[in-house]
Amino acid sequence: MQTNPVIKLAEIHKVYHTGEVDVHAVRGISLDIFPGEFVAIMGSSGSGKSTLMNMIGALDRPSGGSYLLDGTDVSTLDRDALAEVRNEKIGFVFQGFNLLSRTSALENVEMPMLYNRHRIVSHEQRERAMQSLDLVGLGQRADHHPNQLSGGQQQRVAIARALVNKPSLLLADEPTGNLDSQTSIEIMGVFQKLNDQGITIVMVTHELDVARFTKRMVILRDGKIVTDEMVKNRSIAETELQRLRQEQQAVKLAS
Amino acid sequence: MRILASLKIAGRALLRNKMRSLLTMLGIIIGVGAVIGSVSLTSGATKQVEDQVSSMGSSVITVFSGNFTSGAMRGGWGSAPTLTVGDAEAIAGLKDVVAVSPEVRDRAQVLANGLNWNTQVMGESPEYPHIRNWGVSRGAMFSDQDIRSLAKTAVIGQTVVDELFPNENPVGQTVRIRNLPFLVVGVLTPKGFNLFGQDQDDTVVVPYTSHMHRITTRTFLNDILVEASSDKTISNVQDEITDLLLTRHRSKEQDFTVRSQLELMQAVTATSRAMGFLLAGVAAVSLVVGGIGIMNIMLVSVTERTREIGIRMAVGARAADILVQFLIEAVTLSAIGGSIGIAGGVGFSTTVAYIKDMPTVTPFFWIAIAFVSSAVIGIISGFYPAWKASKLDPIDALHYE
Repeated sequence: MQTNPVIKLAEIHKVYHTGEVDVHAVRGISLDIFPGEFVAIMGSSGSGKSTLMNMIGALDRPSGGSYLLDGTDVSTLDRDALAEVRNEKIGFVFQGFNLLSRTSALENVEMPMLYNRHRIVSHEQRERAMQSLDLVGLGQRADHHPNQLSGGQQQRVAIARALVNKPSLLLADEPTGNLDSQTSIEIMGVFQKLNDQGITIVMVTHELDVARFTKRMVILRDGKIVTDEMVKNRSIAETELQRLRQEQQAVKLAS
Repeated sequence: MRILASLKIAGRALLRNKMRSLLTMLGIIIGVGAVIGSVSLTSGATKQVEDQVSSMGSSVITVFSGNFTSGAMRGGWGSAPTLTVGDAEAIAGLKDVVAVSPEVRDRAQVLANGLNWNTQVMGESPEYPHIRNWGVSRGAMFSDQDIRSLAKTAVIGQTVVDELFPNENPVGQTVRIRNLPFLVVGVLTPKGFNLFGQDQDDTVVVPYTSHMHRITTRTFLNDILVEASSDKTISNVQDEITDLLLTRHRSKEQDFTVRSQLELMQAVTATSRAMGFLLAGVAAVSLVVGGIGIMNIMLVSVTERTREIGIRMAVGARAADILVQFLIEAVTLSAIGGSIGIAGGVGFSTTVAYIKDMPTVTPFFWIAIAFVSSAVIGIISGFYPAWKASKLDPIDALHYE
């Protein structure tokens, strides 16, 4: 593996000062994630995984410790600089898709390019957005609005949006939380395909089934890492899908 | 972020709630419409007055003779015999005086063609049409030679033509004034009614010398019409005339009055200006109310779209991008409202002008002011909501339900 990690967390702490009690959500996490990795961050609610996720995503700053993202120290940046980092280095995929309603898939995907530091001419924006949609297999639906798309399709649009600025890291927060099991497997298939092309993916989830599609599992408890191991018997989306179809076939034959 | 993209986003957000956008704009529409409408009507009225005054000659000074007081009874202006032809000639010698006409007035019965008509007979100098900014439509004005020779020549107004010479060319014909035959040498261009409702065309103008020696037997003038070289020299000339006449009359008390058309014009336009300011003040208040409406709706919009703001921030929008986006939205609302208001105001005043037959003028200056002030109101009332949106925390905004 290469020597320069995409993410280098060193003794990260996060304390929330809410009311009289300080909440120590993250208590000293150190973690290196290298290019091409596919990591699942797991843990029950209150384990600090969302807090960690926000810090990795440059939405929030740690109270202590240092965070190098792609070589730059993110822990000391101001709001605008963080926005720039999010724009250029991170692609977000959320549980609730978070697409702009009444806005076509194509325009949703173009949106991050509006905030680029460097001006991108509109036909290039269009081209890149189309490429991105093709990558997730939704090139045919570019002019559809979110309410005309299924949940799985909406999540694909969100993934296309995350990829459009060619980030060094794709960050997914419970990306299958709102999807049924078959669609979940399909989305994981998309992630696996992207990861095979060399894209680094970090995914927060609480479902073990979903985490098994990744290459590495990091389990948190009470703001600390308790397990960090490679996934054995990794699920492959295609075979899982095939098995699912056979099971459905069997149910049909039986009835 | 580019302005064009921001405009697109703003346009889409406003179209999403068409009714709400329209109602929000209504405040600005009414405010701007009221400003433009009231300004159009009052400046139309002001212009009408100015036109009338300048049709009387805007740089004209009138010297009235003093009031005649006998015992306790006081006569009106022009009643005292204080102004002489000599005074008029002395005034003509002053600097910046372009033309002078000694004026004597009398009413008389005028006969021609077997018809008769009671009208105003004025004794004037040949400069009279020039001073009063009044053309001669047919024939010509009598000459200086006529003044010297006490000629029996006359120039008559259109009303007199209509009454005495229907369907005839009066030039070359004779009218009888107090039984003296006067040759009609010219007809004055129709001028219509003046500010006070008098028919200015109901008049016969003869050489002042003929008037004083043939028609009446006066030695004093009613007044002297003086034309200054320009508006700027008027007050200076007024002072000089006052000094000159005081010396000539050797009196301590001023037995004459010097008035200019400019003073009259200022008095009349001041009234309509005051009216205009009052209306504009009311309109300005309604503009402020419109601005509050925009602020209110923008605050609602920011709350409604908290999640959208969160998404935009997550993908890299800076605080300034969000601020600009909402500011542009507010300015778009108020500028569109302002434009509709301008169109409405112009339309309203044009309709009033058409129905009530009043002249209206919409100065471009005021259109610009209305547009700029509605945009400024958009910025002011949009700033607080936009600032509030830009200060949202991206994590909170993303999880806002």
